[in-house]
Amino acid sequence: MNRFPLWKNLLVVLALLAGALYTAPNFFGEAPAVQISAIAATARVDTVLAGRVERALSEANISHDGLLVDGNSIKVRLRDTDTQLKAKDVIAQALTPTGQEPSFVVALNLLARTPAWLTSMRALPMYLGLDLRGGVHFLLQVDTRAAVLKRIEASAAEIRSSLRERGIRHAGILRAGETIELRFRADGSDNANAEVIRTTAKNRIAEDFPGFNVTPAEAEAGSKDLRLLVTLKPETRVQVLDNALKQNIVTLNKRVNELGTSEPVIQQQGADRVVVQLPGVQDTARAKDILGRTATLEARLVDVSTQAQAALTGAGPVPFGSELFTVGRGAPVVLKKQSIFTGEQLTGAQATFDQNQRPAVAIDLEAAAGRTLREVSRENIRKPMAVVLFERGRGEVLTVATIQDELGARFQITGMPSPQASTDLALLLRAGALAAPMEIVEERTIGPSLGVENITKGFHSTLYGFAAIAAFMVAYYALFGVFSTLALAANLLLLIALLSLLQATLTLPGIAAIALTLGMAIDANVLINERIREELRNGASPQIAIVTGYERAWATILDSNVTTLIAGLALLVFGSGPVRGFAVVHCLGILTSIFSAVIVSRGIVNLWYGRQRKTSGLSIGQIWKANA
Amino acid sequence: MEFFRIRRDIPFMRHALVLNMISLLTFLAAVAFLATRGLHWSIEFTGGTVLEIAFPQTADIERVRTTVAALGYDDPQVQNFGTSRDVMIRLPVQAGVSSSAQSQKVFEAIKADATTPGADQAQLRRVEFVGPQIGEELATDGALALLFVVIGIVIYLAIRFEWKFAIAAIIANLHDVIIILGFFAAFGWEFSLTVLAAVLAVLGYSVNESVVIFDRIRETFRRKRGLSTREVIDHAITSTISRTIITHGCTEMMVLSMLIFGGPTLFHFALALTIGILFGIYSSVFVAAAVAMWLGVKREDLIKPVKKREDGQPELP
Repeated sequence: MNRFPLWKNLLVVLALLAGALYTAPNFFGEAPAVQISAIAATARVDTVLAGRVERALSEANISHDGLLVDGNSIKVRLRDTDTQLKAKDVIAQALTPTGQEPSFVVALNLLARTPAWLTSMRALPMYLGLDLRGGVHFLLQVDTRAAVLKRIEASAAEIRSSLRERGIRHAGILRAGETIELRFRADGSDNANAEVIRTTAKNRIAEDFPGFNVTPAEAEAGSKDLRLLVTLKPETRVQVLDNALKQNIVTLNKRVNELGTSEPVIQQQGADRVVVQLPGVQDTARAKDILGRTATLEARLVDVSTQAQAALTGAGPVPFGSELFTVGRGAPVVLKKQSIFTGEQLTGAQATFDQNQRPAVAIDLEAAAGRTLREVSRENIRKPMAVVLFERGRGEVLTVATIQDELGARFQITGMPSPQASTDLALLLRAGALAAPMEIVEERTIGPSLGVENITKGFHSTLYGFAAIAAFMVAYYALFGVFSTLALAANLLLLIALLSLLQATLTLPGIAAIALTLGMAIDANVLINERIREELRNGASPQIAIVTGYERAWATILDSNVTTLIAGLALLVFGSGPVRGFAVVHCLGILTSIFSAVIVSRGIVNLWYGRQRKTSGLSIGQIWKANA
Repeated sequence: MEFFRIRRDIPFMRHALVLNMISLLTFLAAVAFLATRGLHWSIEFTGGTVLEIAFPQTADIERVRTTVAALGYDDPQVQNFGTSRDVMIRLPVQAGVSSSAQSQKVFEAIKADATTPGADQAQLRRVEFVGPQIGEELATDGALALLFVVIGIVIYLAIRFEWKFAIAAIIANLHDVIIILGFFAAFGWEFSLTVLAAVLAVLGYSVNESVVIFDRIRETFRRKRGLSTREVIDHAITSTISRTIITHGCTEMMVLSMLIFGGPTLFHFALALTIGILFGIYSSVFVAAAVAMWLGVKREDLIKPVKKREDGQPELP
């Protein structure tokens, strides 16, 4: 009676030990560290680099607490933040001689001080959410219409060159909405011929562009031209969006690397959204700036016709097939609408100096784009070409350069105003332009100081609440109150251990959920204690009272926890962001509550009272009897 | 120590009508407030931008408001947040301007304001931007979560007890939820996603109370024969009153600690919980039991006489 079999006692002890083990990493604190990662494609992170880093540090007389090569970055742990800053400068200088492009990014970071034997068991501190760590969170949405239109424009250009190569004459290609329309001249006398041409075109296009539907259409009113309509197949459309999204994620990855943050999160969310989270970022303004350049890049020829010149001064309209843009501080320029190459066809961009030692940007293109450029440049020598950055539908001309020679896949943009300008342009080109424009639909930026404050506040409220409950329980239920408090403490231990083990994200509402869980968990113990009191009041012997108390209370505990679990699950499924953090802790808390309230507390009670042969009474506070 | 020295079953159900009238009145008052004032939705539901700025000394709210208004916002919401040095600015969604640009512009304007002392040392502690589309989605998700919880609880209680109890519990506890919302509407407190989470947690917690009472009712039906339904309910409530009040007291202690020490972010969350816990006692104990009584629960609903084995409770582990 009131004895747990050995295996149950062992189970409880093991559970508590595991709890202590997995909670422990949370108490080791964090050490300031420096993280070195590679940004150039040719740079490699390996033991050779580690050696260079160590030599640089020892030469500057900076001792470190540990250096590890972790995947594609090197992390160096240091004693304090002053040493951290000094080390950062020393390493940055050693790895990148002045004047050259940096191939490595050296960033400040905070590393957990968990000893190795714990980490080898996957015992890590809890994963703190943004509102506890500080950082930046963006939700970006792809402008699906723009992405599709871009593809269609590109296809229209390809169709034009394809028809020209095959010698199929047409009367014009234009885009109306998401449809490409081709016209074939039919002026009464030549109808049959037009039909034939149209059919040939239809077959050729259907063959070369399998992702499109090609349908003939009647002539429009007021014109005799036969038409051919080319539209995207639905499955191609889906694929275009998917590719655009994936391409954008790759680009964002590159940009985030430039910032050198640790553990960035870049994930696809749903069909057209991307989540970017940069925890622990200290310079949030710069992060927003670099990520916020959700722009697409294009190179276009400048329109030097007389009509265009007139348009510049406002004397005439912008000629058909061209658009008006501004360069820098508002100087206008008219560019042809057709793009020569786009940002995603760039493979590299470096700031450099040309043969006259003037700042320039060296560009590498993909082979196909290189061929296009060769053709275009050959026909337009000594004419200007511009590089345009499109952001939110508006274009900003970054630079206008004159084509000096036939260009190929590798060429230089010279005449940059300063080395800084060429570095900036190279960064922008290299960081990649996006395959489809994206818009920020949700943003959360938390300064690091607020994060620390949130942790402290959450911790204190939980602590004081726990103390208050413990005081009351001990006062009201005497020894059983002590047992209940111990069970509650075990609950807390197991909950934190579980959160650390699962690496679930802890947010400020999550800490509130811990507090709430403890406040609700005490219910089970109160139920049990009240029942035992009632049994004693009705005259049951102490040992029987314990048995009956736990037995009767169990069903109620189960029911009440299930209903709380339903609420927790609903929040888990439908919640997002910090609320989801709340839901995760809430649900886990329910599980640990049931375990600790029933098994752990019974285990303790059994240990204390179970072995007593004759129990005179239970120390459970006053048992008030009605007729006493 | 025993706070509850009760000699006899307190005849609660005799006053069932009065008790329920009171709760109906508070319910109607809450609905009235909700209808006329409406809830003060946070930007998570409406979309918009929130900036939290910390000044080195007491902030001059009026100056900040003028500065922000000068940028073209017609009625910017500027208020203290937590301490007198922290200012929270809430901006509506502006079409065509990215949030980063928006918040940066506002912050820079405030920093550059020469007339406010210490403005140049102002720190931007937090920015939150929610696009209108996301706001709509979050609102829908919130409503769906509420629906899910209600349906889930009804089904679970119907299985565990009986449908009359399920209906009674849900009516009583939704009444709780409306009262919390009524308070928020009446006082104009900000209703954010975290508060919604608190409301759902309260719903789950509140149903606990009803469950405890129903459990006792079932047990009393089984053990004490010859009592009318009304007497059974009275007995159940009386025997569990000690547990109800102590548990609520303990939970409230924890929530109070959050209210006092948790800072402004958790303030409304803790407030919603407090209201829920306090009214929860009332609704779950009196309203739920009374409604169940009026729906006509009897012994046979809970104890199926055909089964040989009694409606047993699960084994104690």
